[in-house]
Amino acid sequence: MALTAKEVAWVAHLARIELSEEMAGRMAGQLSQVLDYIAQLNEADTSETPPMSHAGGLSNVFREDAPGMSLPREEALRNAPESAEGFFRVPRVIE
Amino acid sequence: MPYEAVIGAEVHAELATLTKLFCGCSTAFGAPPNTQTCPVCLGMPGVLPVMNRLAFEHALKVALALNCHVDPVTFFDRKNYYYPDLPKNYQISQNHRNLGRNGHLDLPVEGRSLRVGIWNVHLEEDAGKLLHPESGQSDSLVDLNRAGTPLLEIVSAPDMRAPAEIDAFMRALRNILLYTGVSDCKMQEGRLRFEPSISLRPAGQKEYGARIEIKNVGSISAVVKAVEYEIQRQTRALDSGERLTPETRLWDDRLGRTVSMRRKETSADYRYFPEPDLVEIRVDETWKARIRAELPELPVPRRLRLQQQLNLGPYEAGVLTDDRALADYFESAVAAGKASPKAVANWVINDVLRILNERQISPVAFPIPPDRLAALAALVETGVIGQPTGRSVLDDMLATGEPPEEIVRKKGLAQISDESAIIAIVDRVLAAQPQVVADWKAGKKAAFNALIGPVMRETKGKANPQVVRQLLEKRLAEQ
Ligand SMILES: [Zn+2]
Repeated sequence: MALTAKEVAWVAHLARIELSEEMAGRMAGQLSQVLDYIAQLNEADTSETPPMSHAGGLSNVFREDAPGMSLPREEALRNAPESAEGFFRVPRVIE
Repeated sequence: MPYEAVIGAEVHAELATLTKLFCGCSTAFGAPPNTQTCPVCLGMPGVLPVMNRLAFEHALKVALALNCHVDPVTFFDRKNYYYPDLPKNYQISQNHRNLGRNGHLDLPVEGRSLRVGIWNVHLEEDAGKLLHPESGQSDSLVDLNRAGTPLLEIVSAPDMRAPAEIDAFMRALRNILLYTGVSDCKMQEGRLRFEPSISLRPAGQKEYGARIEIKNVGSISAVVKAVEYEIQRQTRALDSGERLTPETRLWDDRLGRTVSMRRKETSADYRYFPEPDLVEIRVDETWKARIRAELPELPVPRRLRLQQQLNLGPYEAGVLTDDRALADYFESAVAAGKASPKAVANWVINDVLRILNERQISPVAFPIPPDRLAALAALVETGVIGQPTGRSVLDDMLATGEPPEEIVRKKGLAQISDESAIIAIVDRVLAAQPQVVADWKAGKKAAFNALIGPVMRETKGKANPQVVRQLLEKRLAEQ
């Protein structure tokens, strides 16, 4: 499974990772190797195996609709690089 | 060239739960910013979401109410994208195995029934709210109180062809959400949102045209206006030879038009994958049967039943079933067995609704119990009191809380229907007005009315007008 540098650049963009062209080329090779390794799984016969969405084997885990504790606002905002008037402050997203 | 409009809708409804979908934070509207958050809904590392059972059952209820197929196993997916109102950088949603699919909603439109397909019904978490202080500033503000609120998404098939049809669809769907109690549907608080999509194709063509999605529409009437506008805009564009491309447009309610929404990211690539932090949910037949049993009679079937069973007109049945509590009130009044359904319907539609609107209260808070309204309707229907007197008795009932019979008795409002009492008055009036009687005998039919007035006056307006007429005719004929 050969990934192209262009595909790597697109995935990097989606993940908001800055990647130089040189790096994208190098990653394309390395990621292709990883994918090839994983692709060995395709050799297993799964025609009789039902699809699964989770490895835990549990189902129907719920909580009741009962209020719990929320954080004090100062705590909630403590990790934010910037805040203002009780809000998280971020670079402007619309014009 | 004549075009056919193809209209579909994506609907989002915040579900009526006390807490968020995956944590115990409150979902109450209007709290100060960022006071309803916790490590789970802030997307802190190492936390685990746990599904709110009530939210899931609400979603299941809607899927069943919309006649959806519900698979025995459903699970959740991560939808990955970056936006500041989404603290985890992914939204827990459903994509591979939606809770409900292939349903339909039958709705009455202009006297006929239209079936609108429901492609899917699924449960997801809402995002936070972004505020953009006056333009020119370099920042946006984020409030994450709403982040993680349970959100139901309903996607319709593009089965509608006219603004009136999507209007009926929205009203019918909102009524189902209200009837089932899964959402308060407050559109002004953004708790119910409709996003229509419209494409045009030359009449008779099978292939769809470019699909234009409209966002930022805040009310049902605005959606209808936006759809009407879009049909006109696309018609003009196609007529002038323009090629339309699929896009998302924003509705500007002030200007009454849609504007193209320029996005930085060109194509969406959400890289959905099964949410590893949540386990799958198995919905067996017993569970489905229990939820089905909890479903109330839905608005459209109820409306049809009222038409057939109680012989109401489509307008009356429609008004009465538009609000579940009002329909319940009406039906209990009819069940009291005192007055005819028609008479009760008229009282509810003309008077109860008016008072509810004036006082801005729900039918549940209406102070007169249904059986007393029925008793009042019966008093008028059987001729004990006249219609105008009935109205004033209703006002007295509201003011004093007394039953109508009691008010009629205390105030001596009952009409005199007793013939012997009225006949004496009729004879007195005839004796006192020989000229009018002579006119009537000479063929002046209008003279008859000149005789009714004095009789009514003598009885202080309490004589039953029909009885008065009958007796006058009888006595005149005997003269
Ligand atoms: Zn929380």
